[in-house]
Amino acid sequence: MTSHLHNRRHVIQLLGASAAGAFGLGAHAQKAMTVGFIYVGPRDDYGYNQAQAEAAAQIKKLGGVKVVEEENVPETAAVQKTMQGMIAQDGAALLFPTSFGYFDPHILAVAPKNPAVRFAHCGGLWNEAKHPKSVGSYFGYIDEAQYLNGVVAGHMTKSKKLGFVAAKPIPQVLRNINAFTLGAKSVKPDITTTVIFTGDWSMPVKEAEATNSLADQGIDVFTMHVDGPKVVVETAAKRGKMVCGYHASQARLAPNAYLTGAEWNWVTAYKTIIEAAQSGKPHPNFVRGGLKDGFVKSSPYGSMVTDAAKKNAEDVRAAMMKGSFDIFKGPMKDNTGKEVIAAGKVFKQTDVELESMNYLIEGVVGKV
Amino acid sequence: MRSAIEAVVLPLLALAGALLLFGAWVAVGGVSPLEAWTLLFRGAFGDVFSWQNTLQRAAPLMLTALAVALPARAGLVVIGGEGALVLGALGCAALPYALPELGGAAGSALVLLAGALLGALWLALAGVLRQWRGVNETISSLLLGYIAIALFKHFVEGPLRDPASLNKPSTHALTESLRIGAIAGDGLLAEVHWGLVFGLVACIAAGVWLSFTAPGFALRVVGGNARTARLVGLPTDRLIVLACALGGASAGLAGAIEVAAVHTSANASVIAGLGYTGILVSFVARHNPWAIPPVALLFGGFAAAGSLLQRRLGLPDASVLVLQGFAFVLILAAEALRGRLFEVLWPRAPLVLRPVVAGAVR
Repeated sequence: MTSHLHNRRHVIQLLGASAAGAFGLGAHAQKAMTVGFIYVGPRDDYGYNQAQAEAAAQIKKLGGVKVVEEENVPETAAVQKTMQGMIAQDGAALLFPTSFGYFDPHILAVAPKNPAVRFAHCGGLWNEAKHPKSVGSYFGYIDEAQYLNGVVAGHMTKSKKLGFVAAKPIPQVLRNINAFTLGAKSVKPDITTTVIFTGDWSMPVKEAEATNSLADQGIDVFTMHVDGPKVVVETAAKRGKMVCGYHASQARLAPNAYLTGAEWNWVTAYKTIIEAAQSGKPHPNFVRGGLKDGFVKSSPYGSMVTDAAKKNAEDVRAAMMKGSFDIFKGPMKDNTGKEVIAAGKVFKQTDVELESMNYLIEGVVGKV
Repeated sequence: MRSAIEAVVLPLLALAGALLLFGAWVAVGGVSPLEAWTLLFRGAFGDVFSWQNTLQRAAPLMLTALAVALPARAGLVVIGGEGALVLGALGCAALPYALPELGGAAGSALVLLAGALLGALWLALAGVLRQWRGVNETISSLLLGYIAIALFKHFVEGPLRDPASLNKPSTHALTESLRIGAIAGDGLLAEVHWGLVFGLVACIAAGVWLSFTAPGFALRVVGGNARTARLVGLPTDRLIVLACALGGASAGLAGAIEVAAVHTSANASVIAGLGYTGILVSFVARHNPWAIPPVALLFGGFAAAGSLLQRRLGLPDASVLVLQGFAFVLILAAEALRGRLFEVLWPRAPLVLRPVVAGAVR
């Protein structure tokens, strides 16, 4: 947590510094810095890439920086060339390669050749001992917003069966599934979440099949962790089921089925990193935050969400904002009956153990 | 002579037409066509960096295009290059598990060979299924591709997974000495890896084989008319399976190079559609290995230029697909003019008079 407080204090200082810069008082206001954003999919995918692009659009409006963007860049030599191109052709001084797969080996190959350029990668991979100081990572504790999704879903479900369409059984995804389930179980302890893994980040056909198959099994509230939640949201709505969104807001796609959603608010992270670059401060290598830091947020509630659900979720949110709420605390068993968190053990969001989560908790139907 | 001129002029005319159409298209969107054309050229071929960008993007396409072109010369439409490519990547990353002391140039050669071998076996399977079980090779190679990707994921996320690769399941990275670096220390080829050389050499070798050797000629006979080939006693089945295997070896090699030169380990990022783009390259090159490198260069150029176009004009990625679409349609349409270009451009008087003269003489 100290690193947070440290960061936040910096942010305030930097905000002041950049405000001064914007009025031409600072030494760094002569030339707009070029910042590059790279997305692995389309900018309007209603998901992971849209969340990043929406924040980039806000950065554009701030002024003082020139934004260059490129979408649909695969995690191959292509992204290395795109990064190099942003540096060589556009004069970028700071890059946001936003896909998880851009880090190793791509950023790690380009960064040493361009020591004056800063790289901010989305995901938890930067390691102080191994990686250059010009590289860093930013990420958010979105499991908090998934927990709130779970609370709302727990109130709204009639069948007490929830569905989760997930890409791969990796720690980030498992943490969301578990948080969502814990949120729901906090409302009604006998709720179950059935999870289907599609195998990859963007598998529209399998996502639709998974949603339909879950709907056939009596599941009435869905959420997901795939790059583009569009298909799951639309399919669930078509089947007359309810849905909690992920990454960005999908409310427009299914206004009558969309309860709430776990959204990124990347602009907070972007600002921290950009302002450090503008004022010549060291590159913030480890930028993390949850609800209270403004890194994640919830979509506005749909009109069908009951007052009881809203009140319960808002109470939990208030506790999270105060920092007095912990999602993962013992005793906790996985869905094979094995104890995974001992009684009395409480994990803070920053604890690295949570970043290697490899189990599904009791109440989740599915296998890692 | 005329046909040689046509072979060069027709695609160039088609490209010019595509660029004109693209200019009109961006103009409708409110972008100056002149600016778009300038950026296209600068992005693809404008300076040293652009050339590096283009060449690097072209390199794997040469190999994946061969995976389509070689079977095509034997009369088969095989579109399973992507499957051979991912298995090639897997083979390359997996060999050091069996032989941990591999290293150096010989080790690099072996891991690449492992990739090529797996790719060869995979597409040979499509050839075998066709010749001995009567299974349509287009469908079977496509479906085999899906099986290959499933196998790849099974091994990468299961038995071969590096436990340290938490959120991006990968195999263990190749040791430093097995990896393939840049072709040159500095200059144009400093940022281009050896995959380009492999691609060029493979295309030239395939061209020589098909154009100047007896087995290559036999293969083209099979592709021209399989019944005739059997009639004159050519080992049709063997030649067809060989063509599939060589194609698969090319795609497998492409996958192995992706791992050894770019990714360092096998993971899902390898599945990036290079095999599918190879299909387009091969068709535009009319399955002619000599034409594949320039066509691949064109595709690499499109991708490199598209990158700059997105960044400078804020155009969506799809705009480059539109340009590619125009180019394909026109290049394929230009085929209709092959052998008739000169007549269309300069219709000669005898053309009209011929019936009269012909009747008198013959």
